[in-house]
Amino acid sequence: MELIYNFPCFSLILSMCAAIVSSGLKGKWARRLNLFVICTICVLSACTLYFTFVTGQSYVYKMGRFPAPWGNEIRFGNLEALTALFFSVVMLLCILGGRKHLFTEVDPFKENLYYVLSNLLLSSLLALVYTNDMFTAYVFVEINTISACGLIMIRENGHTLEAAVRYMVMSLIGSGLLLFGLCILYGITGHLLMSNIKEQVTILARTGGYHIPLVIAIIFVGVGLAVKSALFPFHSWLPDSYGYSTVSSAAILSSLVSKGYLFLLIKFFYRVIGFEVIAESRLFNVFFVFGLCGMIFGSISAIRENDIRRMIAFSSVAQVGYIYMGFGLGIEAGMIAAIFHIFSHGATKSLLFISASGLSDVSGNSKKFGELTGAGYRNVIAGAAFTVGALSMVGVPLFSGFISKILFARAGVMVGIKKMLPTLICLAVSTILNTIYFMKTVLRIYTPVKNEYQPKKWKEDILYGTVCLLFIGLNIFLGMYSEPIVELIRSGLSVFS
Amino acid sequence: MSRRKSDREYEKTKAFRFFRWMQGTKDPYLGKLEMHPGTPREDTHTLEEIMEEEDRALEKVYDTSNKWVWLFQRLYFWASLIFCLALGTILLIMVANLPLAGTVDRPINNEVSQVYIENGIQDTGAVNVVTGMILNYRAFDTFGETCVLFIATTCVMVLLMKEEEKIRQDMSLNDRIYEPKNDVILQKVAFVLVPVVFIFGIYVILNGHLSPGGGFSGGAMIGAGMILYVSAFGFDKMQKFFNEKTYVVVKVGALCTYCAVISYYLFMGANDLDNHISLGVPGMIFSAGIILWLNIFVGIEVACTMYAFYALFRRGGL
Repeated sequence: MELIYNFPCFSLILSMCAAIVSSGLKGKWARRLNLFVICTICVLSACTLYFTFVTGQSYVYKMGRFPAPWGNEIRFGNLEALTALFFSVVMLLCILGGRKHLFTEVDPFKENLYYVLSNLLLSSLLALVYTNDMFTAYVFVEINTISACGLIMIRENGHTLEAAVRYMVMSLIGSGLLLFGLCILYGITGHLLMSNIKEQVTILARTGGYHIPLVIAIIFVGVGLAVKSALFPFHSWLPDSYGYSTVSSAAILSSLVSKGYLFLLIKFFYRVIGFEVIAESRLFNVFFVFGLCGMIFGSISAIRENDIRRMIAFSSVAQVGYIYMGFGLGIEAGMIAAIFHIFSHGATKSLLFISASGLSDVSGNSKKFGELTGAGYRNVIAGAAFTVGALSMVGVPLFSGFISKILFARAGVMVGIKKMLPTLICLAVSTILNTIYFMKTVLRIYTPVKNEYQPKKWKEDILYGTVCLLFIGLNIFLGMYSEPIVELIRSGLSVFS
Repeated sequence: MSRRKSDREYEKTKAFRFFRWMQGTKDPYLGKLEMHPGTPREDTHTLEEIMEEEDRALEKVYDTSNKWVWLFQRLYFWASLIFCLALGTILLIMVANLPLAGTVDRPINNEVSQVYIENGIQDTGAVNVVTGMILNYRAFDTFGETCVLFIATTCVMVLLMKEEEKIRQDMSLNDRIYEPKNDVILQKVAFVLVPVVFIFGIYVILNGHLSPGGGFSGGAMIGAGMILYVSAFGFDKMQKFFNEKTYVVVKVGALCTYCAVISYYLFMGANDLDNHISLGVPGMIFSAGIILWLNIFVGIEVACTMYAFYALFRRGGL
């Protein structure tokens, strides 16, 4: 067995170990360790991606001496390696981009705890991506929930405490539903390993045995993960927790945490239940309807918002709606579009949060639109980054959002007329609504105005500028170089189940 | 022939104290216990005034006089009632359709549990199959669970940890202002019980692979013993042997060793290499390879977590 097979396992263990060690370190050293570990994980994931890309297969790695149904197991192919690489790169950029705010908004005495939380969050995301065992997935969903909660409340003020409580309650309801669904699934199949569950479920679906428990288990897992990833009616925790937490946390939460659950949901569709069985259970239609509602209502709430951070947070609701609409189409093209949108939204939303923090820094730390007028001239790089993010979210060619929209539209025409018309109409309406609130903001930050706020030079914060440039690069890369990535996703999905 | 003692002499005898105790005229705490009587609250407002004030505040915050809000609350109540009833019915129907409990041909009686039971002892060396399962077959999951405890402590620290020692001391003094300090009964009981609890906890941890129990339950016992000690004798005595520095050293040391052992074990196992860990004779105390050590590390982590929760809620520090 070659060394490269071990890389996913190494990256998991490494991030968990780093979290443990940082809890005993001072803030400065914890910061350095965190940086080192995330960079190493980027490299390891890139190597894994290269390896799976060359061979085009999916590999099973047993964790320990005992093979799968008895021991634990992880599995990686193109899609998993690509997602892991994407998650670690975005995590690195988010933490670097919000570093200046971390110094001011987090108690220096607790700085190392921030890195403990972020390391464990990364490890749980990687585990959700790589695992092949439903129980392992549940354990790491717990870690993910608790550490996300800590990331929200580490900026200690009233808003974040309230947001953390809301997040905790909603997220625990989601975890509870997930666990309940898993228990039912275990009761009727007798397995926790994904591939074995699928074997049994296929037999059950053919013979029609235990039909009602199977459908209810699918609903519970689906709804549980939908609550955790803020699908439309369950989004009430989202604006506060994204809007008031420190900027790194907001970027990480919006672009990574909810995406980890979405990836687990895709895994549940393909690897645990099987695409045909899920399609028969008509769960997709439910997701489709709520996804469409999310696209429209999320955007309307964003238009009515007067706080730039909360506006971006509400835009997340709309974008998660897009992803669920892609699931809801119930065909592979829709799935590919949804996965591409996971990447595109992850790259864009973190860019928007980071650049919005730069804009409010030069407007007297205010997040209200009135104060932000002309901020694009005062902090040029943040203004440019915000414009790029806004254009990408609206769906202008050259940027990543355009590709996901065109993929959704293409997938929409492939299904029957009943789903095609709502898809296309809602895409169009949602694009117009997106344009209204994002272009309103862009026009405002580029409206010349005379006020007392000091402009900020590029040299004053080189790290922040570099991170913004890298984010812009990532966005344009996803937009310009989309064909190979879509191809990679397609080949990954073909070996996924 | 008895001699009459003077009153002063009589007060020194045991008989006097005994009768006084029997009649209930003696307060055993008096003079031996530190007590701070609370200052009586000065309430100038009557109960009605307070209630009116509260109503006004509620109306201001929740806009209760708004007709639509009122209507929505009614609607919400009935909708949630109907939803809960419907969900309950669906779940009951589902339970009726689940495999019957106790029958042989249930889906969960498959080769997975069979192998755990039949090969458990040869594979892991642990007589207790459950411990063998969680610490050897599925060791990675258990490492994840231990990390859940770890992250939970970290989150409570984020929320409650105070930096200055002075605030911590004030907090630990303030929260028992209406409660006797240095309670003799509690101290005497703790004096007897704490060693027993500790020893029993250690026994449960060390025998995790032989008998029911293991790191999680034994660690919880030790944690409970520490909480009993600290609530009887106070944080000052506790800190003589367990302060923040020892806490960090013990916890990080245990978890790091755990991590090292588990990564070695996973790496060797996954690559089909010999891991040079002897399983020993099943049933002996030093057997079952890594399980004994993992139990100890898990036990330390659980005990530290329990104590840390208590101390953080009590005084905002360890």
